[in-house]
This record gives sequence, C-alpha cells and structure tokens, in this order.
Amino acid sequence: MTLWLALVLIALVALAAGAAGYALSRRRASPPAAAAAQAPQAGLAEITAVLQALPHATVLLDETGRVAAKNAAAAELTGAAVGKPFAASFRVPDLLAAIEHVRDGAESAEAAFTLPVPVERSIEARVAPVEVGGRRYQLAFLHDITAMVRVERMRADFVANASHELRTPLTSLSGFIETILGPARDDPDATGRFLEIMQAQAQRMRRLIDDLLSLSRIELNEHVRPAAKADLAGIARDVVDAAQPALNRAGIKAVIDVAEGARPVTGARDELLQIAQNLIDNAVKYGGEGGDIEVNIFPSADGAATALSVSDKGPGIAREHIPRLTERFYRVDDAMSRERGGTGLGLAIVKHILNRHRGRLEIESEPGRGSKFTVFIPVWQPGAA
Amino acid sequence: MSEHTVKSYEGELEAISTSVAQMGGVAEALLQGAIDALQRRDSALADRMIESDRRIDELERVIEGQAVKILALRQPVGVDLRLTVTALRISNEIERIGDLAKNIAKRALVLNRENPVRLTQGLVRMGRECLSQIKAVLDAYAARDAESAMAVWRRDEEIDELYNSIFRELLTYMMEDPRTISLATHLLFVAKNLERAGDHATNIAEQVYYLAKGAYIGEDRPKGDATASASVPYEQAS
Ligand SMILES: Nc1ncnc2c1ncn2[C@@H]1O[C@H](COP(=O)(O)OP(=O)(O)O)[C@@H](O)[C@H]1O
Ligand SMILES: [Mg+2]
Repeated sequence: MTLWLALVLIALVALAAGAAGYALSRRRASPPAAAAAQAPQAGLAEITAVLQALPHATVLLDETGRVAAKNAAAAELTGAAVGKPFAASFRVPDLLAAIEHVRDGAESAEAAFTLPVPVERSIEARVAPVEVGGRRYQLAFLHDITAMVRVERMRADFVANASHELRTPLTSLSGFIETILGPARDDPDATGRFLEIMQAQAQRMRRLIDDLLSLSRIELNEHVRPAAKADLAGIARDVVDAAQPALNRAGIKAVIDVAEGARPVTGARDELLQIAQNLIDNAVKYGGEGGDIEVNIFPSADGAATALSVSDKGPGIAREHIPRLTERFYRVDDAMSRERGGTGLGLAIVKHILNRHRGRLEIESEPGRGSKFTVFIPVWQPGAA
Repeated sequence: MSEHTVKSYEGELEAISTSVAQMGGVAEALLQGAIDALQRRDSALADRMIESDRRIDELERVIEGQAVKILALRQPVGVDLRLTVTALRISNEIERIGDLAKNIAKRALVLNRENPVRLTQGLVRMGRECLSQIKAVLDAYAARDAESAMAVWRRDEEIDELYNSIFRELLTYMMEDPRTISLATHLLFVAKNLERAGDHATNIAEQVYYLAKGAYIGEDRPKGDATASASVPYEQAS
C-alpha cells in the first residue's frame, strides 16, 4: 500500500508540474482570469485518467472538501461525485477527520474502518496532500482489505463452530466404540445395531463438515458479485430431478411453474443450485407431510429481479422463529432437525449466497398452513458487478 | 465542510446538508462501535464510543447555528426552507440515535463483566438491521431520494419483528433461571434501544420524503398480521 501511494504521488507530482507549465503557456495567450479558471481543470482531467488506472478507490478533494477527481472504484465505494462535498456521500468520521488533518497541514494521515452494511467491508485509508496547478488538494487512497480480514476471521469462526457441533456426534461415536469393545464384545446383535447408529453419526459429521466448508467458501467471496448469466427455471428443474428419490419416499410431488416474463439472473449457477436445493430439501423434510410442494419462478414486482419461491403445506413456522432462521445452527426443533439429517446451516448458506448476489430472502408462514420461502435474484445485465 | 466559511446562499445550504450527513456518519459509527463492543466484549471500544457522543452534540449545535443563520438572513422559501427545517429535525433524530447508541455502549460495559451468553447473537443481528436502515435513510437523504426513504419507512416492521422474537426469548430465559434476570434485563434494554433507534430512522425517512416531495408520507405503515414474514436482505453472519 505504501508503495502504491508513492507511485500515485510521483505520477501526480509529474502531472502537477505539467499543469503548471500548461497554465503558464495559456497565460500568454488569454486573459489571466480565464487562464486561472481553466488551468487547474486541465491538470485534473489528466489526474482523473491516472486515478482511473489505479486498482484501488482514490479521490482527490479540494480545499472546500469537494471532490475534484475520483476513479470508478471510489465512486462505487463512496458514492463520490465530482463537484459534490465528499462528506455528503461518505460519512465515515475517522476518514473525514484524517482528511481534515491533512488539509490543516499534516504530511499524511491514516484511518482504518469497517463499513458494516450491506456487506461488511474493511478499509485502510491514507490521505496525503498534493498540489495541482498551484492549488492544494488532499488525495485519499482507500485500500479494501476485506478479503484479508475475512480469511482471518473465518479461521477463528470455523474452528469454534466446527468443534462445538462436531463434539456431539464424536462423543456418541466414542461411547459406542467403548461399548462394542467392552460390555457388548460378545453380542453380535447389539454390535450390529450400534454400528448402524455409528454410521449415521459419521454421516452426520460428514454433512456438517461439507456444510461448514461450503459456508466458508461462500463467505470468502461474499464481497465479490458474480457476473455470469444463470437460468432459475433450469436450476429448479435440475434440483427437483435430483430430489426425486426423497420426494418418492415422502410420497409427494414437486410442481414447477415458470411465469411469463421470468428473466435470467446474474449469478453463479452452482451457488443458485445450492439455494434451490436447500429450500426444496427443507420443504420436503419439514413440510412434506402436508402434501405436494410448489416451486414458482416469476419476475419481481419492480422487474429488477427474478424470484424463486418454494411453498409447502406443512406445519409452518411460528412467527417468533422466522427472523432468526438464517442464523447459523438456529433450528426450530433441534431434535427434529437432527433426526431428518439437518445441520442447521442450510438457510445460513442460502443467506450468504444471497448476500453475494445482492439478492433477498422472504419467508412467509402461517402455522398449520405451510411455509413459503422466496428468493429474489437481480436479473442478468451484461457487465453487471 | 462545517468549519469552512461559505459565502453564497447556495454554499450555506450545501454546508448544512453536509453537516447533517456528517453528524449521521458519527451516529452510524457510534452505533456500529457499540454493537461491536457488545459482540466482541470490547470494553475499551465501548468507552471510546461513549466519549464520541460528544461529537454528535457538537455537530447538532453547528447545524442549529447554520439553520438559524439561514432562516434569519436568507428568509428561505420552498425547497430551501424545507431543506433548512428538515436539517434541524433530522439532526434532532440523529442526536436521539446517538444517545441510544451511547446507552448500548454503557450496557455493553456492564454485560462484559458477566459471563458471555449466546443471546447477544440475536441482538447483534438486530443491531445490523438497524444500522442498515440508518445507512439507507442517510443515503436517501444525500440523494434526496423519496422512494428509498419510503422503503426504509416500510421496512421498520422487520426490526419490530426481531424485537418481539428477542423479547420472547429473553423472557423464557429469565423464567427458566431467575438468576439471569438482571443480565437479561440489560439485554432487553439493548433490544429496546435498538428498536427505538429504528423508529428514529423511520422519522428521518419521513423528513427525507417531505424534503424531496414537499408533502408528508400519506399511507399508514403496515402492521403485523397473522401471516408472519421477514425479508432477509444482505446482512452479516451472526
Ligand atoms: N419449510 C419449512 N417448514 C418448517 N420449518 C422449516 C422449513 N424450512 C426450515 N425450517 C426450520 O428452519 C430450521 C433451519 O433450517 P436450515 O437452516 O435449513 O437447517 P436444517 O434443515 O439443517 O435444520 C430447520 O431446522 C427448521 O426448524
Ligand atoms: Mg435445511
């Protein structure tokens, strides 16, 4: 980061010198007032071109705190618009203080901060003074260190969650092993039964590890929007086909309906598949006794997204649980979720995939009548993200 | 920015809305810090947040000064008048949010002396929901965007739902083990503070709408019915 800043500064100093020379040559040709008004402008156009080539969000602010130049990354991160006060769109107090500090004469200033919503981002900022065409500016350089911070935090979370959830099946496994080696040593019937339970416990551990890994993977990339085109209807059909054995066991059908005007979405196919899989899986597992389930694909009211909803006619979910369902390991009924092969991570995975896609989940349920889970994914636009 | 002298009327109007944005930024950072202090059990952070409430009061006075000057010397009408009046009202709302956040930071100090409880998870989620409402409404203010303000105004119901869920959970917790009553009461107040911060975000949304449209939001806010629902937009791991 220091290196980058040094490079930017060198480039800007060179440009400032050029702009000053330009101003001088202009001054000879036109009245001084007009030259003074135009000269800094000319330098700024070139600076904007340099900023544009930088990989990180960078803004140049004038003495009144207005944005004099910015690159696209900065506009995306901070909403900065040329000519507008920077503080009006980007309100982070520590950064504004650092900028003020430099405006008041400091050689440089730093600020580190996180933007908690919509998706948590960690930023390290450096501010330095620059002179362009004889005027003083502050250059703020925002380095997005989200990926780094996430990797660190993920490790800690993964270890904590995994060890807690894996301990239960592991304890039961070792209990059975002890019994088979000890009291049940000469009882082949009991041993057979125990081995079956042990197999189920081992499978549960595997599912947990799979889900935890998939959650970590998604979280690592959560701040990067996918750019590919995907078709929700095809995805729904694939998932329903794959769920056929489970549907047959439950003695129900899954009916897919694709509404007129449902457009392709911007998304990663394998992750959207995981969403559909988790929702359909849950509908069969927790709502299957109510009969057939329905999968609907339709355009959102404002047309900006395509929705996929999965409805069941099962027992439904009491309202106090609904806002909490996407928390990790949150289950309405622990025992029932375990018995049906749940890990408590399915909807957490759905939520994180949606975060990455800038999508949305809506849960509606009326106890005794069923539940409906609807995901909204932004429609496909070439070059989105 | 507020500290710099501005000469033109235009400049004064821009300066007052920049001050409002800035004040909002301090409140956002304060609430975020208070929630982090609770989640990470970071008492030093909580102390810093309690301290930073002063900056909010400072900015509120700055805005008051700016508004009085505009009203007295420029006699604004139409959108300029709305801008000045809403700046005053919004800064009052932000000041309240700051107070509530400070209060959460104070409770975090107390809670950090007790054993950790899983229940703070739900509060952290509620806090994030609240933050995203406040961010959305301040963004709407910066953009003078009545539609986004309406969206914030309608979404307040979700914070209320979370509040009800947490309230019930805390009650159960207290009934199961009366020794936890004092701890759970602190958590309950944190939830209440968040719920009220959400209400202030809604009030700001009304002001933004008024600023942009020159009329007040007409319809009634949706209230919960038999069909419970929640939408889960982008937010953080809990
Ligand atoms: N369609 C549904 N009907 C009723 N309850 C549901 C439904 N889908 C999810 N749930 C509840 O939400 C909880 C969390 O779901 P999920 O995150 O997928 O975890 P898991 O299925 O592994 O338990 C489930 O344990 C269940 O209690
Ligand atoms: Mg599941």
